[in-house]
Amino acid sequence: MVRYLPRILLYGALSLCAVVMLTPLVWLLAASLKGPDDLFHYLFFPPPSHLSLHNFRQLFIEIPFIRFLMNSFFVTGTTVMVQLFFASLGGFALAKYEFRAKRPIMILMLATMMIPGQVMLAPLYEMIYRMGFMDSYLGLIVPGAVSVFGMFLFRQSMLQIPDDLLQAGRIDGCSEFGLYWNIALPVSRPMIGAFCLISFMGNWNSFLWPQIILHTRELFTLPIGLNQMVGLYHQEYGVLMAGTLLSILPVVILFFVLQKEFISGLTAGAIKG
Amino acid sequence: MIRSFRIYRFQHKYAPYLFVAPFAVTFAVFGLYPLIKSLVLAFYITAGPTSSRFVGWGNFRVLLADPDFHKAVWNTAVFAFFSVFLQLPLSLGLALLLNRKALRGRNFFRLVFFSPNLVGSVFVAVLFTVIFMPKFGLLNQVLHGLVGLPLDTKWLSNPSLVMPALVGTSLWMYVGFNMIYFLAALQAVDKELYEAAMVDGANRFQQFLHVTVPGIKPVAVFVVVLSTIGSFQLFELPFLMLGNTGGPNNAGLTIVMYLYQNGFVTGDLGYASAIAWSLALGVLILSLAQMRLTGAWKRGD
Repeated sequence: MVRYLPRILLYGALSLCAVVMLTPLVWLLAASLKGPDDLFHYLFFPPPSHLSLHNFRQLFIEIPFIRFLMNSFFVTGTTVMVQLFFASLGGFALAKYEFRAKRPIMILMLATMMIPGQVMLAPLYEMIYRMGFMDSYLGLIVPGAVSVFGMFLFRQSMLQIPDDLLQAGRIDGCSEFGLYWNIALPVSRPMIGAFCLISFMGNWNSFLWPQIILHTRELFTLPIGLNQMVGLYHQEYGVLMAGTLLSILPVVILFFVLQKEFISGLTAGAIKG
Repeated sequence: MIRSFRIYRFQHKYAPYLFVAPFAVTFAVFGLYPLIKSLVLAFYITAGPTSSRFVGWGNFRVLLADPDFHKAVWNTAVFAFFSVFLQLPLSLGLALLLNRKALRGRNFFRLVFFSPNLVGSVFVAVLFTVIFMPKFGLLNQVLHGLVGLPLDTKWLSNPSLVMPALVGTSLWMYVGFNMIYFLAALQAVDKELYEAAMVDGANRFQQFLHVTVPGIKPVAVFVVVLSTIGSFQLFELPFLMLGNTGGPNNAGLTIVMYLYQNGFVTGDLGYASAIAWSLALGVLILSLAQMRLTGAWKRGD
């Protein structure tokens, strides 16, 4: 028995931590499936016969939740695609070409990475106001088009593409853009997965900038819409929880699709140092 | 033949510039320009985006004497201190447990500990607003059942409980995230070093001190610096959990919240820029000091 004690302690400690970590999420699921009468009766799940979709119905009827969801998908999807294209194309140039502006560009980008993004808020707001992009998605997507992190991620991975491979492509009559499109991009598929997930999560959860730019309710993304709901539905919290549950679902699904790429992308920079 | 060679030469010379252009132009317009502009703005008082007046160092003088700003800096520093010193030892501890050789279900535990990170801080804030609710909130119900604490503890409206609530929430959110880094670092430590230490008669603790600690130090410094920087930018959690205000007695007012209030509620973009640059400077000094103290500076990484 004593021989097994360390094992029992190990698994006991891990399981306890797992329970603590999971409880809020299980509670979230339970709260969104409880009807208004059961909300305060049962701590977690009510008996199966009491499970109700009332909260979700409220969400779709009383609140333009579907609208928020679609808005979020549109803004996030567009931003991720533009970021991906700009960052991978630029990363390809920085990895596989020698040109005079290369070092200055990279040093400038590294330097700005050290400065917290909040510094840019006030002047960006002024610019967006002058450009007439206030209260429109252009004000979100255009300034969000660059990801310095993405550029470095792609440069790092595309450094490993052998020059001979590109040279062979050139001899076969491939254009320079064709080299990017037909060789560099397909080879970097794992990095594309990791970048899409990280960028999707960041943009999907983005709050401060949309809160500054968007004023019309019909344009709200999920984080902004949900923040407004907190004020309105403080007592009827089941509706809030149902909204939260549906808001995190897309990220969870994407994570399970791209899990492997994500972990390797996350730790790649840290280990290589 | 010669013509196509010329096209090739032309393409090869100008292609990189064309490829970098979309990124570089957007970066210059929406990254570099605002950065420089905010340095200028910090010396002006503005009312909204259209009217401004030069005040020299005035903004910074006012800032140094502004009691609300002091409160925001204090709150943010307390939050950063506790989140770094509670989170990281716990993250490392979990990583050490998961790094056991014969452990079954490692991937399961890793996924469970990481899962809060999928929620995103805005949605974590909404979830925990409800969890911290008096009477029916999960936390009060559980604490009442386990240790008999009163059911009407007002976590988010009692000034002295706001900070523990925020630190606890971010602990739940980030402990697994940092664990991933520590776990990756532990797995990268050379196994032969442990064998060598064992041959030399080192016990478990000595092995940890002389093999594990030096092995994971670069990653540990990276995680400490990163989570300090992150903590100093705290915004969404208190903003949503305290109803878009600084909370009772401004107990949850952070630097970025104060920046938001001044720049985008009051409309003084100049004062907001001064706050932002104070934050940037503070964070820079703090990270340099941390790297210096831990000795990562000398090796230049």
